[in-house]
Amino acid sequence: MSTVSDDVPYPDATLHLGVFFQGVNHWTIWTQPESGSQIDFTSFRRMITTAERGLFDAFFLGEGLRLREAGGRIHDLDIAGRPDAITQLAALTGLTSRIGLVATQNTTYNEPADLARRLSSLDVLSGGRAGWNVVTTDNAWTGENFRRGGFLDHADRYVRAEQFLHVARAMWDAWDDDAVATSAEAASWSRPGGVVPVRARTSQFAVDVTPVLPRSEQGHPVIFQAGDSAAGRDFAARNAEVIFSAHGGDFDDALAFATDIRSRLRAVGRPADDIRILPGTSIVLGDTESEAEEKRRWITSEQVTGATALNIASQIWGIDLTDRDPDGPLPEEAPVVAERTGAMGSRRWDDQVALVQRWRDVAAEQKLSLRETAAALEPQRGHTGTPASLADRFARFVRHGAVDGFNVSPIFTPDGLDDIVDRLVPELQERGVYPTEYRGTTLREHLGLRDPLTRRG
Amino acid sequence: MPTDRPLHLAVELDGDGAHPAAWRRARHAPDRLLTAARVERVVRNAEHAGFTLATFEDSLAPPSRGADLAGRIGAVERAAFVAPLTSVIAVAPVVSTTYTEPFHVASQLASLDFAAAGRAGWVVATSDDASVAAALGRPAVTDPDGLRREARDAVTVNRALWDSWEDDAAIRDVATGRYLDVDKLHYVDFVGETYSVKGPAIVPRPPQGQLVVLAADGLLPPDLVDVTLVDEPTVDDVGAAARRAATPRVFAEVEVVLDTADGDAVDRLSTLDAHTPWPAAQRLRHIGSAAGLVALLTDLARVVDGVRLHVAVLDEDLPELSARVVPRCCAPGS
Repeated sequence: MSTVSDDVPYPDATLHLGVFFQGVNHWTIWTQPESGSQIDFTSFRRMITTAERGLFDAFFLGEGLRLREAGGRIHDLDIAGRPDAITQLAALTGLTSRIGLVATQNTTYNEPADLARRLSSLDVLSGGRAGWNVVTTDNAWTGENFRRGGFLDHADRYVRAEQFLHVARAMWDAWDDDAVATSAEAASWSRPGGVVPVRARTSQFAVDVTPVLPRSEQGHPVIFQAGDSAAGRDFAARNAEVIFSAHGGDFDDALAFATDIRSRLRAVGRPADDIRILPGTSIVLGDTESEAEEKRRWITSEQVTGATALNIASQIWGIDLTDRDPDGPLPEEAPVVAERTGAMGSRRWDDQVALVQRWRDVAAEQKLSLRETAAALEPQRGHTGTPASLADRFARFVRHGAVDGFNVSPIFTPDGLDDIVDRLVPELQERGVYPTEYRGTTLREHLGLRDPLTRRG
Repeated sequence: MPTDRPLHLAVELDGDGAHPAAWRRARHAPDRLLTAARVERVVRNAEHAGFTLATFEDSLAPPSRGADLAGRIGAVERAAFVAPLTSVIAVAPVVSTTYTEPFHVASQLASLDFAAAGRAGWVVATSDDASVAAALGRPAVTDPDGLRREARDAVTVNRALWDSWEDDAAIRDVATGRYLDVDKLHYVDFVGETYSVKGPAIVPRPPQGQLVVLAADGLLPPDLVDVTLVDEPTVDDVGAAARRAATPRVFAEVEVVLDTADGDAVDRLSTLDAHTPWPAAQRLRHIGSAAGLVALLTDLARVVDGVRLHVAVLDEDLPELSARVVPRCCAPGS
């Protein structure tokens, strides 16, 4: 176990946990008796109640704007179907009292006057517990479900997102704190001049709107962001308050990412601790290390079925391999580099040729079948160990500034958080690296964040 | 068409009541209106009173441009928030069709139906206010034909999306590794005059299959509507409109100002009107006793299936409805 020394740069740091529910991907196992409904309201209620019992900062919902497709057909191997995030979080508001409610919402197929109001509604109803995970889409395939169709160039996706945020923040700042009368004897419900209309003319937007909601207890919804490209990281450095990163498995990788983000923050004049970095991860616990490893192996085999392995390989090779033998060798063909439509969602293979070579190297080195190779290269390996060993590991991550916490993706619905809350959280608390009560009532308070970027003196 | 069943009672719960100056008589300070506690309390009161349905008015534009309410929590979010906090009352937000994205609206309403365990409806609306177009940076649709076209297309797309997953599309077939049976999922392939939508929905089929769709008389083709909302000034006119409406149910819109312990209805209304006049719409308005309202509703029960009440001041009129109207209401001919 690590001890506090001069080498530990953040000896008092504590871990923040969020839960990401529910992925439409092969990481959530649906084949087991304990795999409950992904859509029934009771599953969401059960999951968020467990997370709040475990003092999680945030309950985090993804967004779907089109069902994923593979080879021109709706992808049928993974869980599919989920609720609209803000609507679902509004419904969960009255069943919880502290936990943050984070909605993933797209800036391409929404308009700021509408989305900023819906986020305000959630923020006001929840007493300042709302968060917004800002995502961008540029593919025309998703656009087929919307009035404008695909209209945005890839290069403009962050331009639009940034302009969108600018308008949203202006709307959230439109009401003076004392705009509304405190007595029915007042001359008017709101003070004349207390609400300032928002007008914006940018390359993406023409907006004239009089916002209809005051700020919540936390000022603005907390801004989450997940982009990993250089443009995405710079966007986060200018705008985000939490980064939902993909760098939380390996300590050195996580630290390198965090260091990079801190330097980008300083470059735009923000304090280096102005962002919380919460990588996505899965967590598998066992009574012993070997039991945990055994459980992880079983989980991976359930996640990467033969059919799923062939589907992943088909995406990477760019050709239909679904009739191959998953327990046989890798295909001998060279990959066909194809235009990505976005039909398999946000998972990206930026360099197919390099990735295929990596598969070949791993398969040859370890003498693996196609399915075993797919399992070995799973990007979501996550953390595996005993509650005590993982508590030690997470304490090291957070006290060295590699992460501020994790966004946990449960492997099972709706009970996938139970052992994390019941067994890992107490170990973390024992080490003084996890709170024993909520710090406040708002998401911003839980995360220890400063005022919104436009609300600082 | 009306049957011998009791009249369905719906109530609109926006703001502090239907009268623009209602906030001056609310039992809370103005700055406590836009809170979860207030939203929850009013809906619970309506549920305890025995109403069938609560509706929530909405617009992107402020509720008033004058001295009255400047704020409003989104109707879908209010309905979703109260859905799991209630158990029998149905909840139906007003959602406009003029500029909104039908795909988003279908997801929001289907999600609401899941949260409400099958108690959700949709009051279909249009946005004829040019400020809504300006908020969204869109060319204004102001002609009645254009507004009806957008409403028709949006409801058509919503209904198609709600049906785009068959009820048993998630098969969870362990033997073949398939979570979905893709033959039970359907592209909607809607192509209208102003946009197209591919589908299928991202939300599985909601508990009711189709949400209950309520719309003003004449806004939509009747086959898209479950409940027509009739705005007419007399019971006879309501009856004539109800006979014309070819929808499964017809509700009459009724404005209500009741005698209360604080003052009789006429005085209450004149006090409120002195602050801000409440223009009489082309709809029934009852100003007077609870007994008089019961008599009016009993008359209406002969010609419609239900009513939607727009009460002047929620904090004053809702308790009267609860105590003296709903318990006595209203079988036809009683």
